[in-house]
Formats: sequence, C-alpha cells, structure tokens
Amino acid sequence: MTSQSVVQISDVTKTFDVPGRGTMTALSGIDLQIRQGEFVSLIGPSGCGKSTLLRLSGDLTSPSTGTVTVNGKLAHQARLDRDYGIVFQAPVLFDWRNVEENVRLPLELIGTERAAREARVAEMLELVELTEFRRHHPYQLSGGMQQRVAIARALAFEPALLLMDEPFGALDEMTRERMNSEVLRVWAQTGITVVFVTHSIPEAVFLSSRVAVMSARPGRITKLVDIDLERPRTVETRENRRYFELVTAVREALRGGEGPVELDDLELERAVAEGGIG
Amino acid sequence: MRSLRRNLPAIVVFFTALVVWEVVVSNSGMRGFILPAPSSIASALIENWEVGYQIWPAAQTTFLEAAGGMLIGTLLGIVVALTISRWSLAGDIALPVAVAISAIPVIAFAPIANNWFGVLSPTSKMVIAAVLVFFPIMINVLRGLTEVPAASIELMRSYAAGSWAVFRKVRLPNALPYFLTGLKVGVTLALIGAVVGEYFGGLNVALGRIVVQSASRLSFEVTWAAIVVASVVGIGMYLLIVAVERVAIPWHPEVRG
Repeated sequence: MTSQSVVQISDVTKTFDVPGRGTMTALSGIDLQIRQGEFVSLIGPSGCGKSTLLRLSGDLTSPSTGTVTVNGKLAHQARLDRDYGIVFQAPVLFDWRNVEENVRLPLELIGTERAAREARVAEMLELVELTEFRRHHPYQLSGGMQQRVAIARALAFEPALLLMDEPFGALDEMTRERMNSEVLRVWAQTGITVVFVTHSIPEAVFLSSRVAVMSARPGRITKLVDIDLERPRTVETRENRRYFELVTAVREALRGGEGPVELDDLELERAVAEGGIG
Repeated sequence: MRSLRRNLPAIVVFFTALVVWEVVVSNSGMRGFILPAPSSIASALIENWEVGYQIWPAAQTTFLEAAGGMLIGTLLGIVVALTISRWSLAGDIALPVAVAISAIPVIAFAPIANNWFGVLSPTSKMVIAAVLVFFPIMINVLRGLTEVPAASIELMRSYAAGSWAVFRKVRLPNALPYFLTGLKVGVTLALIGAVVGEYFGGLNVALGRIVVQSASRLSFEVTWAAIVVASVVGIGMYLLIVAVERVAIPWHPEVRG
C-alpha cells in the first residue's frame, strides 16, 4: 500500500444470506486502489454490487473476506475517526433543521467549538452556493438544492474521502448536468478523493479520473477505464470527440466486449445522437 | 385573514344550524325537556353562570381535573414510551399491560377510581383522565422514537455517532410531531375522563355533576348549557395544542399546509 492510497480494497468478497434462497455472492475478488485526489466512479448494471462496494469503503457494511482500508486504517477505524463523508441518493436532510443547521450537524457531533463551527458552515454554504438559503427548511428547496446541502454537510468536517452513492439518480437530466459541474468545482477546490456510484455512463465519464466497470452475479470489476479528458471539464467537454470515444469504451466494457476505443465516423454520429442519454 | 376565509363555511353552517334549530323548536310546540331552543339554553347558561348551578366555577374545576389528568397521563406515557424504545424486554412486558389498561371501559373504572382516590377529591378525576390520556400519548411517542428512516440512522452511523447522539439529534425531534398528535387525541379524552368521573360522584360544582343533577330535575336547558361549556373547554384545550404545534413544528406537513 502506498502512502498516497486513500482507499485500498484487497481481495474482497461479500456474501449475503437470503432467507429461503441460500447464499448470494454480491461481490467477488475485488481489488481496487484509489489514490489521493482521484475521482473514481463505480458503474455497472443493477445488482452488480457497486453500492455495496461503496458501503464497504464507508464501513456501513463489512466484507465477508478480504480487507478494506481507508487512509491506511481499517474502514471501521476510519469511520470512528470520521475520515469520510457520505452523500446518499436521497438527501437525508432533517426536516426540523434548516439548511445551516443541517450542515452543522456533523460539527455538533464532533464537538467543534462554536465560532469555528459557524465559520465552517458559512464556508461550506458558500462552496455549494446556498448562502442566501441558509435559513430555509428542506421542504422549501428543490431536489438539486437539497442534494447540495447534503454535499456541504458531507464536506463539513473536512474528510479525506467523499463517498457518493448515486447522488443525482433522482434528479432530472438538466439538473443532473448542472450538479455534475458543481461537484467537479467542489472537487477541484477541495482536492478531496471521491468515490462515486452511478448508473449513468455520460456522468461517469464526465466526472471521473477513472471508471471502474462492474458486472453482476457475482459482482466484480471487469475493467478500469482511465479517463484522460482535459480538466477543467466544461459544457464543451460533452461535445468532444474523445468524450464520445470514452463513453463508447465504457459502454462496450459494460457489454462485456473489448470494443474499439477509436470510433469510425458512423459510430461517432450515433454516439453524438445518444450522447446525453444515460 | 386566510384562516378566517378557510373557516368561514364552517362558521356559516354552524350559525345557520342554530337559527334552524331555534325556529323549528319554537314553532313546532316541541316540549322544552326534549329539545330546548338555543335561546333558552343561552338564558339558562347566563342565569346559572355564577349562582344556582354555578356553571363557570364548575367549568374551572372540570378543566383543572382534565388538565391534571392530562399532565399525569402525558408524563407516564412519555416515560413508558422512552423505556420501551430503549429496552425491548420492557416493551414485551409493558405493551400488553398498556393495551389491557386501555381496553378497560372508563365507565367501569370511574367508580373504582373514585373509591380509591376519594370521591370528593379532584385526584380521583385526574386519575381517570390520566388513564385515558396515557395510551394515545405512549403509542404515538413510541412510534415517533422508533419509526426513524433507516437512511437517517445510517447517516448518523457514518458520523460515528453514539446511541445517545442518535437519540438526541434524530429520535427525539422525530418524535415531536407524533407526540403533538397524541396530545390532540389526549385532550378530548382527558375532558371526557374528568366528566365521567364526576358523573359517578363528587363535589357538586363540576360540569359532570351539573349534568346529573339538572337532568334529574328535568332542567334540560341547564344540562345542555353544561354540555356546551364542556365542549367549549375541550375545543379550547385542543386549539391550545394546535397553537403549540404551529410554534414547535412549523416545518411539518401538517402545519405548513
């Protein structure tokens, strides 16, 4: 394990006992190393265990065999040390707390001193551009804004690692693209390491440094695709030829084939036509 | 202003019904002891406000009994709900007992409570009210403490929050709307409990006693007046809870409208 490795997953399997149906293997033979400052997406069909893999990294579930370390510590210890923040598909905000109070929650739990806490909350709200909504309650916000609050909250105690479990799965396409740019801006500003679960190929390609392509039954990583698109990534990135090639490469990998990474013109045209669609 | 507009239909219907009642009773030659006209109920109320049957002091007595029962029942309900939510063994023991207690008809329990706690003492009425209030409070608070979204618990787990922090930051605030719902059910029950307790004996200056005595003397306009006052007290207590709700949980779907 290198010193820059934030997440180290070694030979992990995860099995569940399904009542009446025996043992189900959710993950098998997983090895993955995520370096400091990387943005890694886990993509795959439903049931491939991508969320389980993310939850293993966050010690929300434990591996059946193998080890998961975060910052060189076992995931369990990393959780106790608050080494990571997590964003779920649902924002999971507390209705009785306003925006500011929701972001403040993790700081209250770790007992941050008041002045520092308020400063940090203000900074986080600035980061996700919600300062003027700080006194609003969750029900007064749109889905995208609620998810931005969840991101601000996850980053509040400066974790080394941000785990995102299909955070924009419930949003419409326009909002999702805006949130993608938002996440990249936050990632660039904070230098945090991100593990991102998604079922959207364009989203994975647009955001990531690397995409881990997974297959189902049993869930395993079939391919790691390096995303060598230039940064910062902007609206133009989505119209870039290389972007389409990578979208196609991920799609081929998901299909299980070793598809062409260089596209002929016909394929490129088809890719352009369906490019925005997950 | 908006609440006036929303309540206007109900107000109009209420007063129309009163007028129809008055007109029908006074023109049909119906005997007063079967259904007194609103006007004779009103004059009975005024005549007996502080003298005669003493409806106003009686209302205060009944209110205090109901409020005392409310307080005892609520505290007990909260304590039992907290205990059950914390130790499941406590739930296995206490829940069947609580269900059994709530199944006792108040009519059957009232004379016993009067016997135990003194028929002339307000304590006996408070106990009867408390028994009625206890169950809805306990069940609602218990639901609020335990029916917490799994994702919220998982979020707290990701912060390595202990069970005390989960209780304080999640379970308790989550239970608040449930508790207020329990209070809303409880206030009307508390008043019923107090009046039923009085019905089976006690000092005469109490709404339940006025109902018994005026009815036995066929002064039904006084009986009606006492019922009206009891309802007004009940509605008042209910509205008080609604007001508390507006302040306490402005974010809740029930309140934000």
